[in-house]
Amino acid sequence: MKKNKFLTGFVILVYFFLFAPLVIIAVTSFGDSEVVAFPPSGFSLRWFANVFNSETFMRTLVFSLEIAIIATLIALIIGIPAAYALSRGNYKGKAIIKSFFLSPLIIPGVVVGFALFRYLTVKLEFSIFASLLIGHTIVIIPYIIRVVGSSLEGFDYAIEEAAMSLGCTKLKTFFKVVLPNITSGVIAAFMLAFINSFNNVPVSIFLTGPGVSTLPISMMSYVEYNYDPTVSALSLILMVLTILIMFIVEKTLGINNMSK
Amino acid sequence: MKKNWAYILLVPGAVLLITFLFIPLLSVILPTFTKNGSISFGQYIDYFRDDYFIKILIRTLRVSIIASLICMILGVPTAYFISRVSKKTRGLLMVLATFPTLTNAVVRAFAWMSILGKNGVINKALIYFGFIKEPLEILYTEQAIIIGTVYLFLPMMIISLVGVMENINPELVQAAESLGANKIKAFFKVVFPLSLPGLIVGTVLVFTGALTAYTTPQLLGGNKNTVLVTLIYQKTMTLGDWSGAAVVATIMIFITLIVMKSINSLAARLDRRVS
Repeated sequence: MKKNKFLTGFVILVYFFLFAPLVIIAVTSFGDSEVVAFPPSGFSLRWFANVFNSETFMRTLVFSLEIAIIATLIALIIGIPAAYALSRGNYKGKAIIKSFFLSPLIIPGVVVGFALFRYLTVKLEFSIFASLLIGHTIVIIPYIIRVVGSSLEGFDYAIEEAAMSLGCTKLKTFFKVVLPNITSGVIAAFMLAFINSFNNVPVSIFLTGPGVSTLPISMMSYVEYNYDPTVSALSLILMVLTILIMFIVEKTLGINNMSK
Repeated sequence: MKKNWAYILLVPGAVLLITFLFIPLLSVILPTFTKNGSISFGQYIDYFRDDYFIKILIRTLRVSIIASLICMILGVPTAYFISRVSKKTRGLLMVLATFPTLTNAVVRAFAWMSILGKNGVINKALIYFGFIKEPLEILYTEQAIIIGTVYLFLPMMIISLVGVMENINPELVQAAESLGANKIKAFFKVVFPLSLPGLIVGTVLVFTGALTAYTTPQLLGGNKNTVLVTLIYQKTMTLGDWSGAAVVATIMIFITLIVMKSINSLAARLDRRVS
């Protein structure tokens, strides 16, 4: 295809639109003035120091990591068998069961958050930690089912059959043959689920409470009342971590498989 | 026994979703349809008669529709371009498009606060070049929500479109051009109809995403521009009106389902026409 100058220019503008805001944030985090300013005046690293000295940000960061890792592990333990059953099983109502497992994707996050707040936090008096863990696990299960499921679709069933015809039990076949072959899919699912849990706002905003909060929620309440580049610095740190995760996924599976 | 293994593997997930998603949802939704112990739609009728609620409902739909349209207009040419470049460049452009979607929504909304705010990049630039004297009110408006929403969901539109467009045989376009169609005509007669499935998936993602996003309208819309999602939060946490929040939540679920159903059935109709 001959390159069309107008189209090329248009695409450059679209990518400018996608990245300019992130670049601006990154640049302002090194600014010296008390408010977020672009172009920045002066150079300072004190906003980064601010982030690491902030007891709230550090505490909620650790809490967010805990929730995201545990929720992702639970979702994997529950999701991988389900994905396997949905991909290999041959039984009635498979389509309905599959949409049932993907249903958390179509129910608005705030509605999930609100319902769990009413039911778990208020009615059953679950702790904030338990409610958040359950809420996040539910929200990320569909990602596991989809990514592990598509990875299973790409794995030849004949190999499993061969293992079983040679005397392997179903369970043994799964651990010795299937799982090693879908490792990259599992890693990608882990990363995607982890990021979605870590970044979640709509469910968390209902389930967090005074003193116990996730990082995105504490960032949100910070920017509602403060306008200094501390959040810019924190944003840049999070972006660098995201790039790192994308790099790992790219090396294991290819990032384009993850967004499908 | 042979068939049972599948059900056994599905049980833990099913139990989790039923106990911690469907029962809580039903316990919120069902009471909205009763009044003094009998079935009643009274609460819904009250809401649809309330001008304040109708205003919020219309604002929410308007934001979602405009954001979806802008994502289409920006996404279709971009995706077409990406689907036609070399495999290596395409991979890079796709990774770049994916990156913002993995970035925290708070970060993304905060970036737009610093662009659209009174002392933001746009106002500073406009004042610097002498176009205006007083800063414009852009942040905390409906337009700000629309910009932030487009920013959130444009990558999803691009990604779903590229997925379809990269499978369109470029020889089809060449054939159309060699038969006398110019580039634009060839695009609209050949590429566009074939990429409708991707456009539809993208539109569902953008529209439902826009409808249900919390962070962006909260941070960019301010207090004056409440949408359904922020209304649920306000009712629950600020006003303590839990039954009201439940009604709004139920309305949101219905809107999401109706939108998905109607876009999908539209897709099925278009599909038949194309083939």
